[in-house]
Amino acid sequence: MRVKVISRSADEFTRERSNDLQRVSRNYDPNLRTQEKAVEYVRALNAAKLDKVFARPFIGAMDGHIDAISCMAKNPSHLKGVFSGSMDGDIRLWDIASRKTVCQYPGHQGAVRGLTVSTDGRILVSCGSDCTVRLWRVPLASGIESDDSSDSSDKSLASYVWKNAFLAVDHQWEGNLFATAGAQVDIWDHNRSQPVNSFKWGNDTVISVRFNPGEPNIFATSGSDRTIAVYDLRSSSPAIKVEMRTKTNSIAWNPMEPMNFTAANENCNCYSYDARNLKEAKCVHKDHVSAVMDIDYSPTGREFVTGSYDRTVRIFQYNGGHSREIYHTKRMQRVFCVKFSCDASYVISGSDDTNLRLWKAKASEQLGVILPRERKKHEYMEAVKNRYKHLPEVKRILRHRHLPKPIYKASALRRTMTDSEKRKEDRRRAHSAPGSMPKTSVRKNRIVQEIE
Amino acid sequence: MEEIHDVSDELEIKVKKYQRGEAADLEWLMQTEEGRLEAEGLEKTWRFNQQAIASEVDVASRKNQFDLVLPDLGPYTLDYTSSGRYMLSAGRKGHLSIIDLHTLKPIKDMQVRETVRDVVFLHNELFFAAAQKKYTYIYNREGTELHCLKEHGAVLKLQFLKNHFLLSSINKLGQLHYQDITTGQMIGNYRSGLGRTDVLQLNPYNSVLTSGHSGGTVSMWKPTSPSPLVKMLCHRGPVTAIAFHPNGHLMATAGMDKKLKIWDLRKYEAIQTLPGLAKSLDFSQKGMLATSTGSFVQVLATSDSQDYSRYMIHTMPKGYQINKVLFRPYEDVLGIGHSSGLSSILIPGSGEPNFDSWVANPYETAKQRREKEVRVLLDKLPPESIMLDPTQIGNLRTSRKKEKPTKEEIEAEKAAAVAAVKNVSLKKKTKGRSKPSKMARKKQEGIEQAKRSFVEQNEDGVMKKKQKRITETSELPVALQPFVSRKAT
Repeated sequence: MRVKVISRSADEFTRERSNDLQRVSRNYDPNLRTQEKAVEYVRALNAAKLDKVFARPFIGAMDGHIDAISCMAKNPSHLKGVFSGSMDGDIRLWDIASRKTVCQYPGHQGAVRGLTVSTDGRILVSCGSDCTVRLWRVPLASGIESDDSSDSSDKSLASYVWKNAFLAVDHQWEGNLFATAGAQVDIWDHNRSQPVNSFKWGNDTVISVRFNPGEPNIFATSGSDRTIAVYDLRSSSPAIKVEMRTKTNSIAWNPMEPMNFTAANENCNCYSYDARNLKEAKCVHKDHVSAVMDIDYSPTGREFVTGSYDRTVRIFQYNGGHSREIYHTKRMQRVFCVKFSCDASYVISGSDDTNLRLWKAKASEQLGVILPRERKKHEYMEAVKNRYKHLPEVKRILRHRHLPKPIYKASALRRTMTDSEKRKEDRRRAHSAPGSMPKTSVRKNRIVQEIE
Repeated sequence: MEEIHDVSDELEIKVKKYQRGEAADLEWLMQTEEGRLEAEGLEKTWRFNQQAIASEVDVASRKNQFDLVLPDLGPYTLDYTSSGRYMLSAGRKGHLSIIDLHTLKPIKDMQVRETVRDVVFLHNELFFAAAQKKYTYIYNREGTELHCLKEHGAVLKLQFLKNHFLLSSINKLGQLHYQDITTGQMIGNYRSGLGRTDVLQLNPYNSVLTSGHSGGTVSMWKPTSPSPLVKMLCHRGPVTAIAFHPNGHLMATAGMDKKLKIWDLRKYEAIQTLPGLAKSLDFSQKGMLATSTGSFVQVLATSDSQDYSRYMIHTMPKGYQINKVLFRPYEDVLGIGHSSGLSSILIPGSGEPNFDSWVANPYETAKQRREKEVRVLLDKLPPESIMLDPTQIGNLRTSRKKEKPTKEEIEAEKAAAVAAVKNVSLKKKTKGRSKPSKMARKKQEGIEQAKRSFVEQNEDGVMKKKQKRITETSELPVALQPFVSRKAT
């Protein structure tokens, strides 16, 4: 006979001293954890509810400008610094951590319309409606942290006067060139007082310009003639151009997929394009109820932020038709510029009410240092939420966003309008000869023509 | 070739990683060895009595063999906490006690001076419910009465659903009650309509309550439906006991017809029928089945084949009537409540050797217990999550059958057919055959025919449905058939 029974000694399962950790033993037998799926579902539901409870995206406002903020630039080599330019010609460097002005750059006579920082983070380029392009030295990181810096101001390194007012500026990702947009697109060198090159296609003003993050010689512009054009610095003429039914206010390239860009359009939508094929948008991002003023991609390339004339900031997935998040406050007015921070965890918006606002990119994210066990718990909650996000109750809680009344009403109105337009179109199609009114997809129907 | 081999190796590792439980190679995590009893040569495992086993095992395990002789207040019933550390026992004549089985010291011993029919621990050892003469009471560990649950009536049997925090009971009138013990809300109150019974057992796999009735039927209940989920005819006589395998696929029932049946709950078919009466049944964590009749306990186990066969037997002194047998979780121990006290015997290989600290920890400290209470309350399941197949949650609903045409649609079709016949212009025929009266008659005939075809079609449909229903019943397992035809009429 051979006999063995379960025999445990308490010493093996209890701690020796009171400052030891409690001993843990695991057994993953599914029979010990019954109704596992129901438990996971309840946890997902709780996680979704907690997400709503902890959704406090607004961190703070940065107050200081005395006129509407027109443009912003982030410093690629310094995480905390962000530049903002306002309609009265004031340029400020902000420290995001303390939410204070580090220094000011006086000099512009009229509104500052464009700001950009060179790749090495040393030089700030600004341009404005006073027909000047100014270059400024950016203080070093150590200078930013000094206390007595709030009153320090820098003189411009150089100031170049040109023939026409400027509307936008963007620096090459690698190299010494930057482009300004105005009556035409001008390419500048840091050390030359006159543009080294200019591009013109038609007589209309160019509103925005953005260099491609992958290929330093390629940039895209949008014009007041409702066109989006892609240029190559190496050739003398624009490469490709697309004309849409409405104006595009701003363009942002996807930093992780540099052939794709997203255009913020006047007709409340954003359009993602593949620069190699402008016949059709890759994705239409709907949700805003007024013109989209500015757009910026997260460094991860998975999402982008938009600011709109309807006083809201929204965050979209790069391939999502509707926004993932909407940010608004009572006091925030028309948003003219938005930026994603370089670590993809914050969003900064500048608006008509002279304030910069700092938001979390994930509304319910916990700030500060998270201990490993807590982080694991967050990851687990995220995973179960993701697993059960399609179930009606979880979906309802996760999707719900409180909207300000005017936006709620406007979006309802927009829905009625689009529905009735569609209905009319359908009726028209039903009553015309078969095939005479082909259906055009939403991704195509705002495009008038593609010009090469 | 090597590459292919590598890939398959990698795949195997991946599969192992994502497999869980028995299949995964987690032996290095399993600290404690499983118990076993092996016979050598001509020995038979059931010939070994408790003395023989006691002489072979270590001192600590020998402590688990004990007899508490309490002849005055029996017969006794018992319950263990989910970690197996505490035992709650109740004598029919009102003796309640909680014993810490690690130290073998009573924590509380009290006398309620009233009939106690059943006791059950709630989510931890701090609270327990006792079904007494008129009402059910909830006590804490110190023996303080916390609640009197009058709505349940005179309860015969209690069960606690620990994932849902539901206390369920069946009373003398055959009513089933579900009460949420966190909020006190009565979730469900259903009449079984099958008479008085004290056979009520929880299926741990899906939290479905199962009751056995005097007509030989077994019915399964959930708190959100007034009619049973399943009704099975299991025995030709009253059902005396029910037990569930921890994996939820096997059910054992015993009846007064001197049969013990093992059912496969995926097919609702008896996979094994054994002779013998059983007053009480219980499955251990490793799937052994204990049965008791009179003063005789038998433990059945599966050997290499799937069938259950005798593994161990134990005889109490003559005259002892066994009331309840219950395996102690995470130990190789079977607790026996009988007419003159409580006994505990060793059944090697019955218990799960490795506990999980986050599920049930026998060495739990007070602080861990407090934290666990909060955790399980956060994970408390809604009563709606009780269903026969708990893995359905989060799955896609299988496609529904194609909907049959509504009455209006059939009517419209019929009208269209009739109109079509009416509009047919008849050919001009030769003399005499195109008389108006003949034409009218012909048209009328056509209409009649069109109408008739619809009637026939309908009847065809009905006929097909009837046939189908009959074939469906014959496809059902035998145990479920009597109830289907009754439902259909």
